[in-house]
Amino acid sequence: MSLGPHLLLALMEGTVAAFVLALTALGLTLVFGVMRIVNVAHGEFFMLGAVFAWAFAHLVGNPALGFLVAVIASPIVVGGAALVIDRAILRRFNYQPEATIVATIGLLYIIQQLVLIFYGPDARSVEAPINFRVQLPWFGYSGYKLVVAGIAALLLLATWYGIAKTKLGLVMRATQFDSETAQAFGIPVDRVYAAVFALGAMLAAIAGVLIVPIKQAYYLMGLDPLLLSFIVVIIGGLGSLRGAIIAAFVIGISDGVISVFFSPNLSKILATLLVALVLIFRPEGLFGGKAR
Amino acid sequence: MTRSKTPKSNNQKSLISRRAALKGLGAVAGGSAALGLAPGFVRYIQVSAAEPLKIGFQAHRTGIGAAYGRWYERTTNAAVKLINDAGGIAGRPIQLITEDDGTDPKRGSEVVEKFASQHKVDITFGTLFSHVVMGSAPRAGELKMPYYVVSEGHHVASGALNRYTFQPGITDVKAQVSSMAPWIAGNLGKKITMIFPDYAFGYDHRDYFSAAIEKQGGQVLKLLPIPATETSYTKYFPQIPSDTEVLYHVMVGPGVLTFVKEMGEFYGSNRPQIFGFIDSLEAVDIASPGLEFLDGTYFWEAYPRYAQANQSEADKFYRAAVGVDNNGASLEDSKDVATYSHMFGCWETLYIIKEAVEASGYQSATAADKKKLVEATEAMKGWKEGNEHPQGDKTFVGQIHQCFGHQFISKVAGGKLEVVHKTEIADGTYEPETDYTKMAL
Repeated sequence: MSLGPHLLLALMEGTVAAFVLALTALGLTLVFGVMRIVNVAHGEFFMLGAVFAWAFAHLVGNPALGFLVAVIASPIVVGGAALVIDRAILRRFNYQPEATIVATIGLLYIIQQLVLIFYGPDARSVEAPINFRVQLPWFGYSGYKLVVAGIAALLLLATWYGIAKTKLGLVMRATQFDSETAQAFGIPVDRVYAAVFALGAMLAAIAGVLIVPIKQAYYLMGLDPLLLSFIVVIIGGLGSLRGAIIAAFVIGISDGVISVFFSPNLSKILATLLVALVLIFRPEGLFGGKAR
Repeated sequence: MTRSKTPKSNNQKSLISRRAALKGLGAVAGGSAALGLAPGFVRYIQVSAAEPLKIGFQAHRTGIGAAYGRWYERTTNAAVKLINDAGGIAGRPIQLITEDDGTDPKRGSEVVEKFASQHKVDITFGTLFSHVVMGSAPRAGELKMPYYVVSEGHHVASGALNRYTFQPGITDVKAQVSSMAPWIAGNLGKKITMIFPDYAFGYDHRDYFSAAIEKQGGQVLKLLPIPATETSYTKYFPQIPSDTEVLYHVMVGPGVLTFVKEMGEFYGSNRPQIFGFIDSLEAVDIASPGLEFLDGTYFWEAYPRYAQANQSEADKFYRAAVGVDNNGASLEDSKDVATYSHMFGCWETLYIIKEAVEASGYQSATAADKKKLVEATEAMKGWKEGNEHPQGDKTFVGQIHQCFGHQFISKVAGGKLEVVHKTEIADGTYEPETDYTKMAL
């Protein structure tokens, strides 16, 4: 294959990956930004999204309708689970950063093992709601992947709108800026925390639902997105939404291009190296503010 | 709980249990005295009822090998039941002790350890993934524990393992790929690109298929190793040279369906000849959406998943016993597709263990008896097709602890696999590369 089409495929793969990664990383950085919690179990919400998508699609039967139900119901269920976790665990630790890291590590294993017990160790597939192939002159490409990129773009826009333009977003930003003052002004900070934790989990879950027709639902699938999200969030700056999205595209597209032209291992090495460099020379991340 | 209630309930309980215990003791004492008086039964009690033959079964219940593990377990349970119903091994029933190795080498070796020290098994048997075998076999060797694997890898026959590790129930990759090469070169093409997992099992394919195809005047244009943790495959396909005549693929793990689907999206109908190892689609329904492009491609199978027109009586028997329908899926759930080209190895290995135990006069888990068992296994020459060996005839080379059998090439037609070629055992045999029988026991 000549260079042009080769690069085009690399960019397409990278862009689709970047959109899904941006959704997942956005959830992680939102939770950190507002609550100052490093949620190590974030990848498990992604996995739960995929697993519930399988369950809902399986219950409904019809692929298109099943997927539609899954894309709405699965994030709601996962968001509900996140609310319970917030009330039952995180709040009891008063959202202390150290304690919650340990708690979410425990959660990671608990969620993984519960899925293993009730869902099983198999990778189960969910049929794509639309099955078409885009034939370019040099190669074919999955139409569903393009749809995934489109839906993810819409969701990113919606999240941005919600945070920047709505009252709920304003309250969230106020809490992020200074939670004590926010509380003094009558903002119910604990409810904001619960809402943000649920929203973060739902973003990961939607990414999981979108990816499941491509990759199948599997109990260990949360690890990869977790690592990549951390890479993205550290490079972009912990808590910075803009940074997370830009870093997701840098990592996603460079991963696509480097894996296609060189090797996937090299792209992982370079991403990790970038994390190390950022931590040394700009620990607050490319777009993160200085610690207050 | 309140204090006033506790003593009462305790009293009641202990009274009942004491009475029950006395009754039970009396019955046992009476019974054994009665039986002890009848000399003919004594041996029977000692060997059969009191001492089942303990086989430790190392299974991939979780981790990336779970689909294989599930079917290995079903096949093993079916064979154990048949053997026990027919009187067991040397008159002793098999007691199967199954432990999950998590498809993880470290866990695998711990499981072997646990079988030896905690369960005190006679024999260890089981697992598939080559890295788990590589992780477990050295410990089995150190413990002098006979270890029968159903793994396919060339690691047993290559001499990399030890005198206690055997692979008598399934042909190894080197023999499989060597017997495929002449047919591929003669029918599909000679310019090959190989896609394979980037670890031991994949390297067996890379090394031995490359050598075998070159012997046929063919050439490997490009090698595409895929890392074990990969979940997305489209990015590899542009590296396939456009003058490739045959795309040779073999993939394992939970990503196999994604791999094959993305290959279809990339190529559509405008594809080279495709020859795959069924590993790329084990436990996956060939009629899954997105796999239509596979129509007209070819697969290696060790044992045809779909019942063929000339199905043998042994295959009918085996399918019914394990619970597999004519499409290679579970009788209970047509979506639950078997790992048909691998799991027969468990069935056949158990019958080989039976034969070896009976031939060796194995009595108990002592070092001397285990040595006898190893030597008896090494002395075997092969097996005839039948209910105990439904996959077909096999020869066994004691020096390398490895068997050789027939292989199949099947074409995908109408969402099913139809056998188009069956190899001879001689097509895959090679000169022994090692001699385990010269190693110390």
